[in-house]
Amino acid sequence: MPKVSMTVNGKRVSADVEGRTLLVQFLREHQRLTGTHVGCDTSQCGACVVHVDGKAIKACTTLALSCEGANVTTIEGLANGTELHPMQAAFREHHGLQCGFCTPGMIMAAIDMVNRLGYDLSEDTIRHELEGNICRCTGYHNIVKAIQAGAAAMGGLKVAAE
Amino acid sequence: MAGTGIGARVTRKEDFRFITGKGNYTDDINRPGQAHAYFLRSPHAHAKIRKIDTVKAAAMPGVVAIFTGADIEADKVGGLICGWMIHSKDGSPMKAGAHPALAVGKVRYVGDHVAVVIAESLAEARDAAEAIVVDYEPLKPVVDLASATKKGSPVIHDAAPDNQVYDWHLGDEAAVKAAFKKAKHITKIDLVNNRLVPNAMEPRAAIGDYNPGEEAFTLYTTSQNPHVARLVLSAFIGIAPEHKLRVIAPDVGGGFGSKIFIYAEETICVWAAKKVGRPVKWVADRTEEFLAIAHGRDHLTHAEMAIDENGRILGLHVKTRANLGAYLSTFASSVPTYLYVPLLSGQYNIPAIYGEVEAVYTNTAPVDAYRGAGRPEATFVIERLMEVAARELGMDPAAFRKKNFIKSFPHQTPVIMCYDTGDYNASLVKAMEIHDVKGFARRKRESAKAGKLRGLGYSAYIEACGIAPSAAVGSLGAGVGLWESAEVRVNPVGTVEVLTGSHSHGQGHETTFAQLVAGRLGIPIENVAIVHGDTDKVQMGMGTYGSRSGAVGMSAIVKALDKIEAKAKKVASFVLEASEADIDFKDGKFSVKGTDKSIDFASVALQAYVAHKFTGEQLEPGLKEGAFYDPTNFTFPSGVHIAEVEIDPETGVTTIAKWTAVDDFGVIINPMIVEGQVHGGIAQGIGQALLEGAVYDANGQLLTASYMDYAMPRADDLPSFRVDHTTTPCPSNPLGIKGCGEAGAIAAPAAVMNAVTDALGHENIAMPATPQAVWHAAQAGLARAAE
Ligand code: FES
Ligand code: FES
Repeated sequence: MPKVSMTVNGKRVSADVEGRTLLVQFLREHQRLTGTHVGCDTSQCGACVVHVDGKAIKACTTLALSCEGANVTTIEGLANGTELHPMQAAFREHHGLQCGFCTPGMIMAAIDMVNRLGYDLSEDTIRHELEGNICRCTGYHNIVKAIQAGAAAMGGLKVAAE
Repeated sequence: MAGTGIGARVTRKEDFRFITGKGNYTDDINRPGQAHAYFLRSPHAHAKIRKIDTVKAAAMPGVVAIFTGADIEADKVGGLICGWMIHSKDGSPMKAGAHPALAVGKVRYVGDHVAVVIAESLAEARDAAEAIVVDYEPLKPVVDLASATKKGSPVIHDAAPDNQVYDWHLGDEAAVKAAFKKAKHITKIDLVNNRLVPNAMEPRAAIGDYNPGEEAFTLYTTSQNPHVARLVLSAFIGIAPEHKLRVIAPDVGGGFGSKIFIYAEETICVWAAKKVGRPVKWVADRTEEFLAIAHGRDHLTHAEMAIDENGRILGLHVKTRANLGAYLSTFASSVPTYLYVPLLSGQYNIPAIYGEVEAVYTNTAPVDAYRGAGRPEATFVIERLMEVAARELGMDPAAFRKKNFIKSFPHQTPVIMCYDTGDYNASLVKAMEIHDVKGFARRKRESAKAGKLRGLGYSAYIEACGIAPSAAVGSLGAGVGLWESAEVRVNPVGTVEVLTGSHSHGQGHETTFAQLVAGRLGIPIENVAIVHGDTDKVQMGMGTYGSRSGAVGMSAIVKALDKIEAKAKKVASFVLEASEADIDFKDGKFSVKGTDKSIDFASVALQAYVAHKFTGEQLEPGLKEGAFYDPTNFTFPSGVHIAEVEIDPETGVTTIAKWTAVDDFGVIINPMIVEGQVHGGIAQGIGQALLEGAVYDANGQLLTASYMDYAMPRADDLPSFRVDHTTTPCPSNPLGIKGCGEAGAIAAPAAVMNAVTDALGHENIAMPATPQAVWHAAQAGLARAAE
């Protein structure tokens, strides 16, 4: 079996995997990082979204082997101990989650949205950009609010840091 | 404590683990030495199984065992059950065909369970399943609901030779006939309530584990009601007696009804764990969920309403054919009967109602409760009828509703239900105001200028929640009582664990239940932990569905808290050396009336356990109380939703331009959570009306078995919602709660379709009103207008 090595949440990891092993399996089964979820088998729901080299991807349709040497961030890598990432905090503050199953993918997709489009996101932009993430519980109303607030908070942090 | 008590918008205690990826869903659990199960499913809708050859597959790498229906039979594993007995008009019991966990001799829908392969890895199990050779003799399938019982149709179950499960009725047929004789106007309507796939985002999963030393099983499962699962697996399927079977439903990623039922897969996992001597884990992929989870809705209905010369409703006659699929799922029989016809009175004074329901088998996935379960179907019938009738009478739909609203309570409908309280007019008036219904004409003109069609639709819904008074449902055929249990354990340091039979899978019980307890005992909300979802911790419970956890589950907690307070007062009276009658309890303090002597709750808890201030004869040590609460009536949440749509006749795309909901849920514990429930429900209702539909082809193949083909509502299909409330507290439970979990899904489909038909100017369009369907309807309308 081939060996794959990558950095996950800042930690160097490697494992022997089958050629067909998906990144999401590598994360969930080999690394026991079960925050990344699987909600479909057609790359539609976004429950599996993680960041690879700073970009959001669907880990359910990415082969682990294709991430050789990559820098991977999962939902577990966002908070600093109990200090939440502003997007995580915004989801809690605005009740952007119910069952929580879609949430890790939503948060990862939302941060990517901010990285690409900036801190001032309109409702329309957010709704459109969420095309690849399905939530069955919230009706998206509060997810949209959370992302808007989370984006602004990320902007505020950036300003504060500068 | 004002910040966290009843009525406060407390952020959720459970969120930290979910937003940091630390949730604990069934698929996140792994047991040492576990093997993986994969189910070989039928590719045919209807076929005889001549032979299953597993020899080659069994020799494949990693295969631990392969089981088929023959093994189930040999081990005398009981079949899956339907827990609600319905009797037909002629008094005969419903005709339930056998439902083995693995098919025996015959398969009855695409996705039916033929064999299970257990292997070292899922990939190996899947590979081996491919190598199983099944010799099928395909039979003609029964797919079309309308013609399922036609003479000469293929027979799905020998027990039901004409594919009819029951032909049931409720109400006074003669009174309805008389009402129609007197009618000035009769409105008739034919409706399709489209088949839906629940699609909780977490697919079902199960792990069976067997401990031979203790001869005890553990089942980890994605369940809304682990105790009912244990009861059924134990008493009916016969896996193990209850004290040897522990069922754990950890974090569950949404249910919407679909995770109430006891399915073949978890049954097999727990049974097979002993057979192979290893834990057996199964996780559904999304395709399997589409194929084999219990679907929802799927009714064909003809309804007629009789109206007098003053615009008052005289009577209602509803005839429905309900598709129950290939087997009777756990509560399937109750959904189109007692959860449906008793709600047909809606918010209206209707003196005579007669409902007839014929339930049939087809070669499709089983159909059972899905968010709202029967009540959305009832609301769709009555609210489409109200709108169409108003249009036919040339009356304003809001005025027609107002005229017929029930105005005094309690109100006994002709179909079982006794509505306890409500103010339907208040919700309608408030919703119209918030929505700016007055401005609709202007907005419609503006749309018209842009070449768009605009429509407005109302839905004034009612639901029956707080399910349910046990004796009442027992008399209607339920196999179980529908009370709830609670146990409050106060620790010596004054922290509290509350064990509840309710189950949270998105509803936020860990927060709302804690709000109740913290407020009542005057302790910080952080000091309260809610324990649920484990039959070894919580003794017994009925689970979460039917918007029952507030009205029933929390009422049980109130009962237990009453006992805690009474006992704590006794303890305090010894500590404060006062008579029990003189002890007051307020804001977390026990004090002696008329003195400044007091002691806080935590100190009383400690005193209850150190037990130095009283003798064993005077008082039992400890502070722990349990309660069972059986509701005395259903609860009746109600409200008005207003949908405003804009249709582009060129593309057929319907946009929800505006949405207003005003609901009466009685007392609300946490408005933030309640609004979230409403948002989610509306989204599912809009999904039903505009996007979703499970479609089988003539051969019984499910054409919509993935998110590529089944249109789930996405963020850009929906607007933000305006959600508000009116309040009439429920008189039948101690907190005044009515329930909110299903309201949106119940109200929304009728509101959307009333708006769409208003925009189109005619009634002839069915759900889902896809762009294609709307385009055809819009073009036909334009052509008619041009004539
Ligand atoms: S699991 Fe990756 S998109 Fe659904
Ligand atoms: S919170 Fe349950 S699917 Fe989004």
